[in-house]
Amino acid sequence: MDQLLNDFSPGLFFMQAIILLILIVLMRKFAWKPILESLQTREDGIKNALDSAEKARLEMQNLQADNKKLLNEARAEREAMLKEAREMKDKMIEAAKTEAETQANSIIEQAHAAIESEKKAAIAELKSHVAGLSIEIAEKVLREELSDNSKQQKLVDSLIGEATLN
Amino acid sequence: MCTFAQNFRERNFISLENMMVATKSIKFIAILVLMMTSVFAFANEGEHDNQHHEGGNKIDTPEEIKEYIAHHLKDSHDFHLYTNNETGTHVSFPLPVIVWTSEGLRTFMSSEFHHDDNGHVIVEKDGVKLTKIHSKIYELEAGADEVVFDDHHHAENAHKVLDFSITKSVFGMLLAGLLMILGFGALAKGYKKGAIPTGFGRALEPLVIYVRDEIARPNIGEKKYRKFMSFLLTVFFFIWILNLLGLTPLGFNVTGQIAVTVCLAIFTVVIYLFSGSKDFWGHTLWMPGVPYILRPILAVIELIGFVLIKPFSLLVRLFANMTAGHFVVMSLIALVITMKEAFGPVASTGVSLALALFISVIEILVAFLQAFIFTMLSSLFIGMAVEEHDHH
Repeated sequence: MDQLLNDFSPGLFFMQAIILLILIVLMRKFAWKPILESLQTREDGIKNALDSAEKARLEMQNLQADNKKLLNEARAEREAMLKEAREMKDKMIEAAKTEAETQANSIIEQAHAAIESEKKAAIAELKSHVAGLSIEIAEKVLREELSDNSKQQKLVDSLIGEATLN
Repeated sequence: MCTFAQNFRERNFISLENMMVATKSIKFIAILVLMMTSVFAFANEGEHDNQHHEGGNKIDTPEEIKEYIAHHLKDSHDFHLYTNNETGTHVSFPLPVIVWTSEGLRTFMSSEFHHDDNGHVIVEKDGVKLTKIHSKIYELEAGADEVVFDDHHHAENAHKVLDFSITKSVFGMLLAGLLMILGFGALAKGYKKGAIPTGFGRALEPLVIYVRDEIARPNIGEKKYRKFMSFLLTVFFFIWILNLLGLTPLGFNVTGQIAVTVCLAIFTVVIYLFSGSKDFWGHTLWMPGVPYILRPILAVIELIGFVLIKPFSLLVRLFANMTAGHFVVMSLIALVITMKEAFGPVASTGVSLALALFISVIEILVAFLQAFIFTMLSSLFIGMAVEEHDHH
């Protein structure tokens, strides 16, 4: 201990203090500050780059999910549209069918009615025709019958014979 | 044809760049060589007046080795490279001596002491007589011409002076500081060109991040660590570089100087005492949840802990580890001499080499470890002081 105290040199202590102080100040100004600042900015840069990469990755993921969702939606929509179309087609066919049926029925009915009326007209015409014809024939026959007197006499006779007075 | 031309141009450009790098390193080497030659110029200057030193004095006895190691562990006023035993000359370069004496400031080069460390050479500067005894500079009392020693080899008619010299340790600190400013300044400048450092900065950046993420952040907390980063980073690299410099043959022992570790620890104490939160002082001085009678006692214990024990553990740990490391490495190297008689030169050299290498490798680890522990504990203490408790 005595030796140690004897070895302690106040001058050296003083010089060391001065040198260390100056060295700290100089190093702080010319080395540590710029070095640590550069390290900090570099590390921040790296961190930012990593962060933005991560962000980009997430964004990409979101985009992909969005795309998938969109695709699914589109698919569903298509499906729905197809379904709707199919339904509409079915409905249309059904409607057309019923319409056609009613139309056909009414046409048939009309036809029936027309036929009936035609038939009736034809019958009436036939009847009138037949009547005319029979009258003509009867006229002709009468004319023939009454062409000479004998015959007229005979007829009158027959008629009078027939018409026996009771 | 076009691509070929392009290729050629590119290759040319690259080789130009290489050449620029090469010229740079050549410049650097040239500066180093220049520095070295100036060192030897200094050394030669010192050699002439050195004859009084006992020539041919080899260090070959255990006592001398012990003394040599003890001398190495101390701070010194000149940069000693080696001693030529044949001529007894020391090859070293002098460092400036700056002392505050009773008559005021005196400055001169340490070469004026002529490597004397026993108070034999008296340097007179404007009416102040100075001498160096065991790496300390003493001022002789007025009228004295020679140092008189008492029985315990203490100087009787001289007293120590405030010594602000650029000693070997101060030189080491300046060197470490310069290396730090150059290295990390270049790293800081590199960020202006791009977010990723190039060259040597690539090795330094992970260390800075290590201190920030492994030492400061977990101990001080995410919110408050920024304020203390300058201190922690500076101290960490300062201690580490000085520890590593201590492993080089230049023989720095800066972090093994008690004054240096005391200063470092005091910095930590001042920082955490001045940035202590209200909670910290509340818990330290008036501990909630214990009987009122115990609170003052606890306050005293806590205060002693924070003001004395914690910094003491910091400074002693660093000092003891580094001193012990130097001591062990030097002792193992000295085995070459001490074991020579018993085992012969080859075996003793081999054993010494193997052991010294082994310990040196461990010391490289210790150099980092001690810097780490000092910074870690500093940030832990700072973390304790700035912590804000959630009131339960």
